[in-house]
Amino acid sequence: MKIAWFYFASPSTFYRLAGWLAPWFFALAAILGAAGLYIGLFVAPTDAQQGEVYRIIFVHVPASWMSMFIYFVMACYGGISLTFNTRLAAMMARALAPTGAMFTFVALWTGSFWGRPTWGTYWVWDARITSELVLLFLYFGFLALANAFEDPRRGDRAAALLALIGLVNLPIIYFSVVWWNTLHQGASVKFTGTTMQIEMLWGMLLVALSFWMYSIGASLTRVRAIILEREGRTLWARALAT
Amino acid sequence: MTARLEARGLTCSRGTATLFRELSFDVAAGEWLAVRGPNGSGKTTLLRCVAGLTRLDRGEVLWDGEATRASSARFRASLLYAGHLPGIKDDLSAEENLQCALQLRGIAAAPEALRAALADVGLEKRRRLPARRLSAGQRRRIGLARLMLDPAECWTLDEPLTALDDEGQRLFAGLLERHLARGGLAVLATHHDVAPAPARVLRIGT
Amino acid sequence: MSAAVAPLPAAETCGSFPAGFAWAFARDVKLAVRHPGETLLVVAFFVLVASLFPLGVGAEPQLLQRIGPGVIWVCALLAAFLSLPSMFAYDYADGSLEQMALSPHPMVAWASGKIAAHWAASGLPLTVLSPLLGLQYGLDGATLAALAAALLLGTPVLSLLGAACTALALGARGGGMLLALLALPLFVPVLVFGAGAAEAQAAGLSAAPHLSILGAGLILAAMGLPPAVCAAVRIAVD
Repeated sequence: MKIAWFYFASPSTFYRLAGWLAPWFFALAAILGAAGLYIGLFVAPTDAQQGEVYRIIFVHVPASWMSMFIYFVMACYGGISLTFNTRLAAMMARALAPTGAMFTFVALWTGSFWGRPTWGTYWVWDARITSELVLLFLYFGFLALANAFEDPRRGDRAAALLALIGLVNLPIIYFSVVWWNTLHQGASVKFTGTTMQIEMLWGMLLVALSFWMYSIGASLTRVRAIILEREGRTLWARALAT
Repeated sequence: MTARLEARGLTCSRGTATLFRELSFDVAAGEWLAVRGPNGSGKTTLLRCVAGLTRLDRGEVLWDGEATRASSARFRASLLYAGHLPGIKDDLSAEENLQCALQLRGIAAAPEALRAALADVGLEKRRRLPARRLSAGQRRRIGLARLMLDPAECWTLDEPLTALDDEGQRLFAGLLERHLARGGLAVLATHHDVAPAPARVLRIGT
Repeated sequence: MSAAVAPLPAAETCGSFPAGFAWAFARDVKLAVRHPGETLLVVAFFVLVASLFPLGVGAEPQLLQRIGPGVIWVCALLAAFLSLPSMFAYDYADGSLEQMALSPHPMVAWASGKIAAHWAASGLPLTVLSPLLGLQYGLDGATLAALAAALLLGTPVLSLLGAACTALALGARGGGMLLALLALPLFVPVLVFGAGAAEAQAAGLSAAPHLSILGAGLILAAMGLPPAVCAAVRIAVD
């Protein structure tokens, strides 16, 4: 049984598995995304206070959830790669980082467009927005550090350690709206229940799932490229070309 | 307890090149192992792996029967490593550098002992000069003084005769003989012929 | 050469935390005293840049009082950032870091000692000088006290975070810019609470909540970051 766990931890076998799985995840992402956006744009009722503009929530909130979730998974992969000295975990962490950075940027950007009509300003230095910006820089720092060394394995390890150090930022983002009185609204969706309309909630959840599927698909595709880059000189990789 | 260093199946790669694969050797007390090979063959990496600086892909090093990865503090207490870089601070004098290096290894040496050791390596008159005013050979001699005063049982030295003149090389040979006679062991990467003959020569990269 | 050829004594584990800490702290402080250029650079930068702001924004007293705590904090942060590379760079270049990695003393001991010495040579002078600069901005006594207290608690955290980032970036291409990208985002919470403490005091509220959070952050950082620094050093000497 122990062997089976680590079978797919070899880059050559994972390469084939990832190639087979990725299209399914993209397909799921498209379906869920279409469903979620349909509910969000057409089914959910107009908000009493904000009008139609609030509908950006169906992209903004799932994107910020994903930005934090992907960072957490990335840090976990980093931790695994440091503890077990595996190659593939480090490659997965690198594969996740660009997608995570993208969702962070989307969250900040859509939040900015939402902020303009509702708060009157495109940007404000409140706790949650500032810590989300810090998260974006943490992603950039991760990618910069990982690519700053001649030896890619050394870059993997340094970046994994950085990701673990930066984990402390996630609780700060999440709880910042509780700890400070800021402009940003508090959490309406908790594990215990929600104060939102049920259609809005469904819309957000479906789009969140769609983003999740997309992230998996994108990371699997990206990790295949990284595997080929690193293992390009091995026999199995050269066999692919012929 | 007699010292014993064993290596089992050492494998290490840097980047895409595998430097050495499944290397095994034993060094008993009173012996030294010569590591030889062309430039870039992995001698330095092998020594750093034995010392525990560089991670091995596979294999383990055993000190007195215990894996050094598990009981690393014990191994580090018995290990003296000298690499290409001398580990000498320019702003400190020869005496201060020596004292610093020994204190880092947990050895408290009396000032008289430091002075005597520096006199033995010919740095008596220059011992209070900042190290930046010493020549490369003289800085290497601070390393020799350290070998004199450090009771470590396992020496892993990378090209210890670099920059030493004939007298310095004789000094080193004498120190190595004394170390081996006292029951210590050594792993040296050197292309020179050092006086007490090595118990075994390990060739890498050929 | 001494002729006695006694057998070598059995090696005891002769490493300990206090010995390692004291070794690193004493050595680095001695080196900083012998080579005071770094400390002088940090102090000079701090004073210069903090003096540039009134020239740039105009010397209107109310404006200066309003921006004073924040500006002084940003200047202290940038000055502390400037001094980061020297923490490990020289030891890495001349081989001392390898010898330290192989020392019988626990790694966290000398790493903490180095960080403490770095703070003594950079953060501490900044903290001591801050009241003088605060006077230049027209801040009152209570605000000056809050500012100095915040810097006293915050600059060690900056040294600790900076040490982790510097150790991670040892041997990397990209030099200063990479270090800025790594360190400055991690510095942001310290800046927010540190400047917030002085600003709260200036606004008539108590600075205690901010200072407590800074203190808690310092304790967390002092416990959690030295092991991270050690892990980064191990990666660097690999």
